[in-house]
Formats: sequence, structure tokens, C-alpha cells
Amino acid sequence: MSSEKLHANIPPGPIADKWSGFKANCKLVSPANKRKHTVIVVGTGLAGGAAAASLGELGYNVLNFCIQDSPRRAHSVAAQGGINAAKNYQNDGDSIHRLFYDTVKGGDFRAREANVHRLAELSVNIIDQCVAQGVPFAREYGGTLANRSFGGAQVSRTFYARGQTGQQLLLGAYGQLMRQVDAGRVKLFARREMLDLVLVDGVARGIICRNLVTGEIESYAADAVIVATGGYSTVFFLSTNAVNCNATAAWRCYKRGAYFANPCFTQIHPTCLPQMGETQSKLTLMSESLRNDGRVWVPKTKGDKRAPNEIPEAERDYFLERRYPAFGNLVPRDIASRAAKAICDEGRGVGSTGYSVYLDFADAIKRLGQPVIKERYGNLFAMYEEISADDPYHTPMRIYPAPHYTMGGLWVDYNLMSTIPGLHVLGEANFSDHGANRLGASALMQGLADGYFVIPYTIGDYLANQKPAKVGTDHEAFRSAVAGVKEQTNRLLAVKGEKTVRDYHWELGRILWDNVGMGRNAKGLTQSISDIQALREDFWKNVKVGGSGEDFNKSLEFAGRVADFFELGELMARDALVRNESCGGHFREEFQTPEGEALRDDENFCHVAAWEYQGEGKEPMRHQEALTFEHVHLAQRSYK
Amino acid sequence: MKFNLKIWRQEGPTLPGRFADYTVDNIIPEMSFLEMLDALNEDLIKKGEEPVAFDSDCREGICGTCGLVIDGLAHGPKLACTTCEVRMRVFEDGCTITVEPFRAKAFPVIKDLVVDRTAFDRIIAKGGYVSENTGSAPDGNAIPVSKDIAEAAMDSAACIGCGACVAACPNASASLFVSAKISQFALLPQGHAERKSRATNMVGQMDDEGFGHCSNHAECEAACPKGISIENIARMRREYLKAI
Repeated sequence: MSSEKLHANIPPGPIADKWSGFKANCKLVSPANKRKHTVIVVGTGLAGGAAAASLGELGYNVLNFCIQDSPRRAHSVAAQGGINAAKNYQNDGDSIHRLFYDTVKGGDFRAREANVHRLAELSVNIIDQCVAQGVPFAREYGGTLANRSFGGAQVSRTFYARGQTGQQLLLGAYGQLMRQVDAGRVKLFARREMLDLVLVDGVARGIICRNLVTGEIESYAADAVIVATGGYSTVFFLSTNAVNCNATAAWRCYKRGAYFANPCFTQIHPTCLPQMGETQSKLTLMSESLRNDGRVWVPKTKGDKRAPNEIPEAERDYFLERRYPAFGNLVPRDIASRAAKAICDEGRGVGSTGYSVYLDFADAIKRLGQPVIKERYGNLFAMYEEISADDPYHTPMRIYPAPHYTMGGLWVDYNLMSTIPGLHVLGEANFSDHGANRLGASALMQGLADGYFVIPYTIGDYLANQKPAKVGTDHEAFRSAVAGVKEQTNRLLAVKGEKTVRDYHWELGRILWDNVGMGRNAKGLTQSISDIQALREDFWKNVKVGGSGEDFNKSLEFAGRVADFFELGELMARDALVRNESCGGHFREEFQTPEGEALRDDENFCHVAAWEYQGEGKEPMRHQEALTFEHVHLAQRSYK
Repeated sequence: MKFNLKIWRQEGPTLPGRFADYTVDNIIPEMSFLEMLDALNEDLIKKGEEPVAFDSDCREGICGTCGLVIDGLAHGPKLACTTCEVRMRVFEDGCTITVEPFRAKAFPVIKDLVVDRTAFDRIIAKGGYVSENTGSAPDGNAIPVSKDIAEAAMDSAACIGCGACVAACPNASASLFVSAKISQFALLPQGHAERKSRATNMVGQMDDEGFGHCSNHAECEAACPKGISIENIARMRREYLKAI
């Protein structure tokens, strides 16, 4: 059903004028009044850190929270490859329209056109801003900014700082944030985990946190709340995300009434190190930029156990180049991942488990020489060798897809506000810009666009329209939320069962990876829903957390996150089950073309699915926001 | 593989600590050092004992969260990697491994192997940035930076803020950390307007936090997982002298 609450609030006018029109007409908060408004920002990654810094600069009273010991460690730090911007510095035909077009198409036509166009417009401002901050982007000899091409694009529009682009952009934002902390405009609360959202009269008014050092449950009140807490790939247990990444803040917002959009849109990244054993705590990503020079292949015959260097050229299948001659190894992530899975399912995978494919640099080294390859990818090669004990200069890398990014997230309108007034959601935590598949080097772009350039305007428009009666943390809504959080903590500690939190998380991850991973079907999805429910029930009867609630207790932190992951995992499966089509990262085996490509159903599923919580034990309600494509023609994606 | 572990246990900042002995078995060589500790903690939780508290996050050497002194060396026996990147294959089967937190007056212990490094944030707050409000930047290519300078700035900017330099230094000096940030902005044209105040304010804050001074031991460079050179410290001194 469609819903009254799902108003996208897209400004009127031609698509290229919508954002400038919004800025020209939005309400402003006067400089003298800004400091009277308190804004809570949860998260200090690219979206949260940039938002907190920018709002501090504007003069708002900002309270900024993170689970890490320092804002500089937010998981944006781990992004390797780069950030897109439609600068057209390479004179290769790029433009705002082309970046917009590529992103809508790359997302398999499941993103909102107006949001994506704004993102493409702002991409150029981001690069300017970050250069001015002293982010050490790669340069050409003449001193201008260097670019490279990235998966899913035929132009070179990706800016980078070696293989540490996320780190450098985050340190830029972190520096600006700390400048505002020093100026007294941002108050920083590190090692705090948001465990509830507080609503007063239906409006977001504050948050409840656990102090991760003392265990104290703390309340904070504000005029608006911004959640920028990242994605939920760790629901799979093994993913490329940091081990503390979690969905808890977003999930608690969902349980307070914020709609959760497209939870089944998850991205499985093609170039990761294959899994080695059950004791592994995470999977390591190798930047997708490797696909610029590396060639992906497997042996042509099943069960070929020869060492890769002994397999002659004629007996190798460069399957991405064969299937997608126009894009070759640079096809979008969902397509590259699925192709690798299909080849391995066929029995042609390599390595001891048969679940990996080669990424070979021999040709590139022959063409460019080892020093050039070393300059481009030296740190990645070193990382690979460190983990696998293989030298990729002489032996092809072995790679396999792994959960990496989640396009789904809390539903937001054009202003990045959720269905709860006052609750804004930025970056990976929202669902807005990437549709069913995110293109490489677009996550950093979206996080920074949301934080630096969108929210400073849209939150002003929201606050200027509010005449808030000041609400303090002594309000009944805060007291009852605190009681609820304490009760959950006590409940987790009281179970005192036999299995650890990790045991449960591992099992949940296996269920999701097998049924809600790269290939999904109705039977597996239905089964996974009941499997998850059974596992969740067992968790609450038999988990062993240990320690106390009044202390630094990692096991308790993880227990709360896993408790939420059961519910989120179930919603992912439900969403995937209802979406009877394949699009982007969501591949339903029943819906594919004869060539095995994703088969969309635009007649029935050209919409955002937004789920509304209905209470414990009740089925959530599915709402729809219809998507219209006026500027990018709806077509089956082709990368051939 | 099997290992004997001597691990520092300390319940809180003001309580005395001690080494406790543990044994871990069935460790495979591919496991990272932290996955080995995960396995130990799983055992301890199942036995109803208090797990060993330690910090970690990305587990791929970029976030700077993890940091242990392993057999007396910050981030362990392998050069140029973080604790989470150390694999168990570098240890001899059956050996005894000593595990301690990063120790420094300015890094008080929170619990067991977890220390408080917020002093680093307070140093950055005093000038580890270019004061550039959002929205006022010129076109990116309006500020040319030669490739050599950009590369050198990137070498300095690669610091992950883990604090190994402090843990390795006999004086518990934060000079490598502070100088890396000062260098990044001393090299790049964007940083020049504030280079004097940056050098004096950041060095001043480092002293106020209780870090020691640099006396050229160079242990920091040896321990740094990102290969940050002590040339940065020389540059920091020049910047500081020019500023005062």
C-alpha cells in the first residue's frame, strides 16, 4: 500500500533546478538564534563528522556521539578506492548529467532521481572543499588533481589518495570537527552507543546512550536528531565492515516508528579475500580499483587443480571480459560478484574451497612494469601478501565476493528527514541515493554531500519552522526510555545460558549468507524467516553474555547488537520475499533473463518498499513510494 | 598451534594490575592475533570467567583502534603492521607470549588492555587542520600541488593515530604523531596560513597532556605500522623554531 507518510517532498521545477530552488526558498535560522538550537548528531564518519562540523561552523549547539574511542576511527576510514566527482578534469565527456545518469542506471532504477541529481551536482563542491582542507589527493606532475576510472563508469572521475581515500577524507572532516570542539560549538561524546530514540508528541527530541566505559545509561535532549551510524553488513557476521559496525541506532529508530526502506538491497563486493576458516572475524576488502589493471579468470575446465601459472592462456576463461566486452573487468559490483558466484557454483572456482577466482596482474606488469603497478597498488599488494602469504606480483590474487555495503536503510525524504519529524538520517544509514546497487566511489561522495552540503540547509528549514517548547531529560518520555534500555540490559545478562553471542551471530550470518545473500529464492527466503525466528527465540533462552552492565563489557555490547540483527535479518528476508523481481544486488533466482542477468519488473516493483514496525511479534507493514523516471529512460541495464 | 599467554589484567584505571596466565589451543596459523584473543575470550565466557578487554575495530590496519604490546614490542614482532594484522604463523608453536597495553602516563588504562588515547584528539583540536569553513573553497585545481609534495604530504598523513609511537618511546613522547600532522600541513600550500600557530599550539598541548620529549631514540619509527619517518620530527622542530 502507499502511505501518507511517504511524501518525498521533492521541490518543484526542472530536475537541474530543484536543489538551487530549494536553497533559494528554504527558511533560515537567524545567526543569533542558531546557538539556541541543540542538534544531536550520532556518528562521526563522513556523514556524521561532516554534519557535526558544518553545523558547528554555522553556530548550532551540536552534541556529537560515537561508539569509537575517537571520531577519527569511524568506519569511513576504511574506504580505499576513491570518491567520484563530475569535474570533467580529464576532458573525457563527464558532466553532472552523466554522473547522475550512471548512478541511476548503476542503481538499477530503484533510486529517487531528484536525490541522485543533487548528489551529482554536489560532487564537485566536495572535491573543492576537501582540497582546501588539505586532503592529500593524488596529483599529476603538473600539480593538478589525478583521476582514475572505477567500476561501472566509462569516464575517469574518481579522485583518490593512494588506497586510503576514506581515511584521508575522514581525517579532513575529523580535523574540522575537532576545530569546532575546540571552539566550544561541538561537544563530543566518544565511547557512547545510542540505544534509543526519544519522541515527545511524535517528534524526535533526544537519545538514550550507554556509556561504554562506565555502563551508565545517559539521556540527551535536543531540537533535532541526526543519525549517521552507517550500514548493516555485519548482520552477515563475516563482512568487510569493522567488527563494531552495527544497526542498533537505526533499528531503535525503526522501532520508534521510522520506516525502514529496502532492507534487502545489500551489496556484495566482488574483490575480497576468500574466507579461510570458521575462526575468522571479518573478511578483507581489496579495493575495486584493482579491477582497472587486474584480469579476472578461472580455468576453462572444471576441477583443474594446476597452479595458475601452469595453466596456458588458451585454457583460461576471462569470464567478465567474455560476457561483458564493453565494460570487461569494470562491470558494476553486483554483476561482477554474481558472475564469480555462478562460475564457482559451476565447479570452476579455484583455491582449496573452490570458492574463489583469480585476479591476475601479469599482463599489466608486462605492459606497465612492476614499479608502476607498485605505485598504484603497493599497499594493497602488501596487505594481500600479509594475509595470504602469496606474492601477487608473481602469483595471481585469489578473490571472492563478501558483504560490503547496504543500500537499504531508514527511509528519508528529499530533506533527509525520516518519517519521524525531527529525525534526520545521513550517509549509509539512509536508503536514498544508490537504489539497488551502489557504484564504486559513490559512498564517500554521498556521505560528504549529506553532511557538508545538504543537512546544513535542510535542518535549518526544519528548525526555522519549529517553535519548540524546551524539553528536558527529566521529561517522562526520557525516563521511560531509560527504563526500557535498562530492562533490555538486565534481560540479556539474566539469561546465563550456554552459547556465546558470537555463536549466535555466526549462525545468523550463515542463514543470511545462504538465503539472503547473492542468490535468493522464495523457498530459501521463507525457510530463513522461520530459521531466524527459531534462532532468535533460542538466543533469548540460551545466550551467555557474562560480566556486568556497570562496566566496560564488549560481550554485552555485541549481545545488544545481535539481538537487533535477528529482527533486521528477518525483515531483510521478508523484503526480499515480497520483491518478486531481480534488481541490482537483489537477485531472485526465479527472475532472470535467459543469459542469467537480473530481470526487473518495472510494472509492479518500480517503487521503494518502506516497512513500518507494528510491535513485538506482529508482522511489519509494507508501504510503497512510487518512483518515476523522467530523465533516465527505464531500460534493462546492459554492460555488454 | 598452542600458546601460553601472559596477559595484563587490570580492572580499572586506579586499581593495580597483574599478569595472568592462560593457554590457548587449536590455533591455526592464518588466524590474526586478535582472532586468537577472540578464541581465548570465547573460552573464558563459556567457563564463566571475565573475558580480556581489548580494543579493535576495522581489523585491517587502518582505523588505529587496536594496539597491544606483544613480547615488549608495540604491535608485535612484525614490522610495519598493526596488531590486528599480525598472523599467528609468525610465532613458534608452543611459545609463551606476553601481552600488555600501550603504556604511557598520557594513556591511562581503562581496563585490561584498553587505554584512553583522547589526549590525541585534544592535540588535533589545537591545530591539526586547515581552518576552512564549508562552502567557501575555490576550485580544486586552483590550488596546484606538485606531485612530489603531494606524495610527501601523503606519507605524513598516513598516520592512523594508534599511539604505537608513544608506547615504543622510552620517554612516552608523542612527537611522531604530532609531527606527522604538522608536516602534512607544512608541506601543503593549504596549511601555510596557520603554520606558526599550528606548530606552537599542538606542541604546547602535547606537553600539557604529559607526553615526554623526543631524545632521538627512533623507536617510534621502528614501531610505526605506517612507516612514518622521524624526518617529520625534524621538520616539526624547524616549524616550531620558526614559529617562536
